[in-house]
Amino acid sequence: MSSKVIQAMYNDDDILMDAVKEVRAAHHHIEEVYTPFPVHGLDKAMGLKGTRIAITAFMYGCVGFSFAIWMMNYMMIEQWPQDIGGKPSFTFFQNMPAFVPIMFELSVFFAAHLMVITFYMRSRLWPFKEAENPDPRTTDDMFVMEVAVDGNEKELISFLENTGTVEIKVTEK
Amino acid sequence: MSSHYEAPIRRPLIIGDKSYHDITVEVAAPVEGKANKLWWTAFTIALLAFLWGIGSIIYTIGTGIGVWGLNKTVGWAWDITNFVWWVGIGHAGTLISAVLLLFRQKWRMGINRSAEAMTIFSVVQAGLFPVIHMGRVWNAHFVLPIPNQFGTLWTNFNSPLLWDVFAISTYLSVSLVFWWTGLLPDFAMLRDRAVRPFQKKIYSLLSFGWTGRAKDWQRFEEVSLVLAGLATPLVLSVHTIVSFDFATSVIPGWHTTIFPPYFVAGAVFSGFAMVNTLLIIMRKVSNLEAYITKQHIELMNIVIMITGSIVGCAYITELFIAWYSGVEYEQYAFLNRATGPYWWAYLLMMSCNVFSPQFMWSKKLRQSITFSFIISIVVNIGMWFERFVIIVTSLHRDYLPSSWTMFSPTFVDIGIYVGTIGFFFVLFLLYARTFPVIAQAEVKSILKSSGENYKLYRDAGGKNPAPSKVIKAKKTTSEVIEEVSDQKNVLLGNIGIFDKATQNADDLKLISGVGPKLEETLNNIGIYSFDQVSKMTEKEYDLLDSLLDSFKGRAKRDDWAGQAKNLKNNE
Repeated sequence: MSSKVIQAMYNDDDILMDAVKEVRAAHHHIEEVYTPFPVHGLDKAMGLKGTRIAITAFMYGCVGFSFAIWMMNYMMIEQWPQDIGGKPSFTFFQNMPAFVPIMFELSVFFAAHLMVITFYMRSRLWPFKEAENPDPRTTDDMFVMEVAVDGNEKELISFLENTGTVEIKVTEK
Repeated sequence: MSSHYEAPIRRPLIIGDKSYHDITVEVAAPVEGKANKLWWTAFTIALLAFLWGIGSIIYTIGTGIGVWGLNKTVGWAWDITNFVWWVGIGHAGTLISAVLLLFRQKWRMGINRSAEAMTIFSVVQAGLFPVIHMGRVWNAHFVLPIPNQFGTLWTNFNSPLLWDVFAISTYLSVSLVFWWTGLLPDFAMLRDRAVRPFQKKIYSLLSFGWTGRAKDWQRFEEVSLVLAGLATPLVLSVHTIVSFDFATSVIPGWHTTIFPPYFVAGAVFSGFAMVNTLLIIMRKVSNLEAYITKQHIELMNIVIMITGSIVGCAYITELFIAWYSGVEYEQYAFLNRATGPYWWAYLLMMSCNVFSPQFMWSKKLRQSITFSFIISIVVNIGMWFERFVIIVTSLHRDYLPSSWTMFSPTFVDIGIYVGTIGFFFVLFLLYARTFPVIAQAEVKSILKSSGENYKLYRDAGGKNPAPSKVIKAKKTTSEVIEEVSDQKNVLLGNIGIFDKATQNADDLKLISGVGPKLEETLNNIGIYSFDQVSKMTEKEYDLLDSLLDSFKGRAKRDDWAGQAKNLKNNE
């Protein structure tokens, strides 16, 4: 399935923001916006949904916390209870204060690493992944807005030209 | 723009009349340029120190820990002193990137990358000490709770030393992913600018294919925020747990409940001092004075002053509690520290850590680069002696006066310590030449609020430094060319006319700063080869600017002629 897109390039984040709002107001479909740095409020202006990645971090943290409890209970209380320095391991709750540091560390370990891995997978980032930005300047000082063409190429181009774009390109995607 | 408003009282964090492209060029410059003599000299010295350290470590492992200066009474000395010193230094990076992010301090952006690099490199040094102190390094995996040949023999989760293993490894690995995630957009910037294929390949690999989609940025910001929220208690927990190594023991001088907060403050104190030491040099060597400004250094000095004062309060509290407790052993431990045979180490610690940061109350002194540098070194020395005082003076006169003794390091102790300093600088110097040392994507996002040019425009009026809105984009370049054919002929006359029949056109996109569109424009003017571009001088740049409707001034800023010369020679 080939779809035609127009790539409009901007040289300023404020001009881009205004353009995004105009394009949305005119009910054209913005496929993607590539920016060299996080432009605050752009996701809202584009109508992107909020990210749920913080929720996953919380869940991963709970997994780490439970894992730490299970591991220390299994190793120190159930499988081989020892009397270390006159401090015997009888029950989990009597030993629990000594387990707090590692419960904390493992919660953080799981939450941080699994969240970052989730981010890399969802945003398709990994070693040897080819970059897909339409122009090398989008990591420097240029902002590219990709708008879907729906049989209205001419009209769309002249519309975009009035939004302050510095370059326009029509490509197949 | 009102949305970029920042109170005029806040001093600018980016000095000079910068555009987004200027930031790219200046951050990429140290990576793209060649190393100078000074760098090679520093690198050689660091490498030699590192090699000496490796030799000392091999000697220790081959012969045994008896080669250190330890004795029956002082069974823990330089190894643990160096460990705590390095871990402490490793606290500033995450503090800057995490705590300051939560507090929305924009000044973190100029320095966080290098501070985090410093954190990771110094935690690596710290980790070496417990490992070699084990004696039988080949059994190092015994510290991990993994199934083994003894059936159900597990590690002791009640021991603070094991908590340390978990704390340090969590801290190191989380700091590493935090650092790397922030690096992705900046590696992508280097990738897209890279001219030579090898560099392009390396930076593509390192940047994980970062593209900069709006959704990616949204997730990126959320991930950074959550990581900061996780790393803040983590960084506090690490030195707390390190202090437990001492505080949970029953040695007078160690058995102190004030240790956790006091160690954390001391760690931040020494970490910021090390950041100051490194960045004061780096901003000069790498020409980054516009991004790591005097304001940054002043703010770090204030942190040093405050944490130094907290540490001072802790020292005095310790003395008071020793007296107030009525425990003779505790009282003697502190009396011995101050007036015993190690009085000189105690005096060094007190004067370097409590006295010297108080100079920072003076605005003039904390704004002086030279003075800040000197204090940062003094603090690093003082913090090493703090750990030495806590560890050695508490041990060397124990409960039995017949076993009282002194500690003196052997050449192996010194060799390993100097070796870790060498290793640290080897890593940092390599980093400074291959990594984007400023978080340029983030710095760009504060340019409009905290850049000097934008602040001037808002507060004093004048020309808006932002690019003004282009009303109608030029879709074709043909109309432009007609208007300016005269200038074009002059330009081509100076740099030579390209003959399509006899010459091959070069890929002008290899010049960084030239994209496909700009290449087309250049071709339309009649510029096809590196040879032509390499002949450009000031005059031709001006002519070219008058022919271009956008990208003005870019050719000169990016030194196209120089780049083209290199490309021509590489062909």
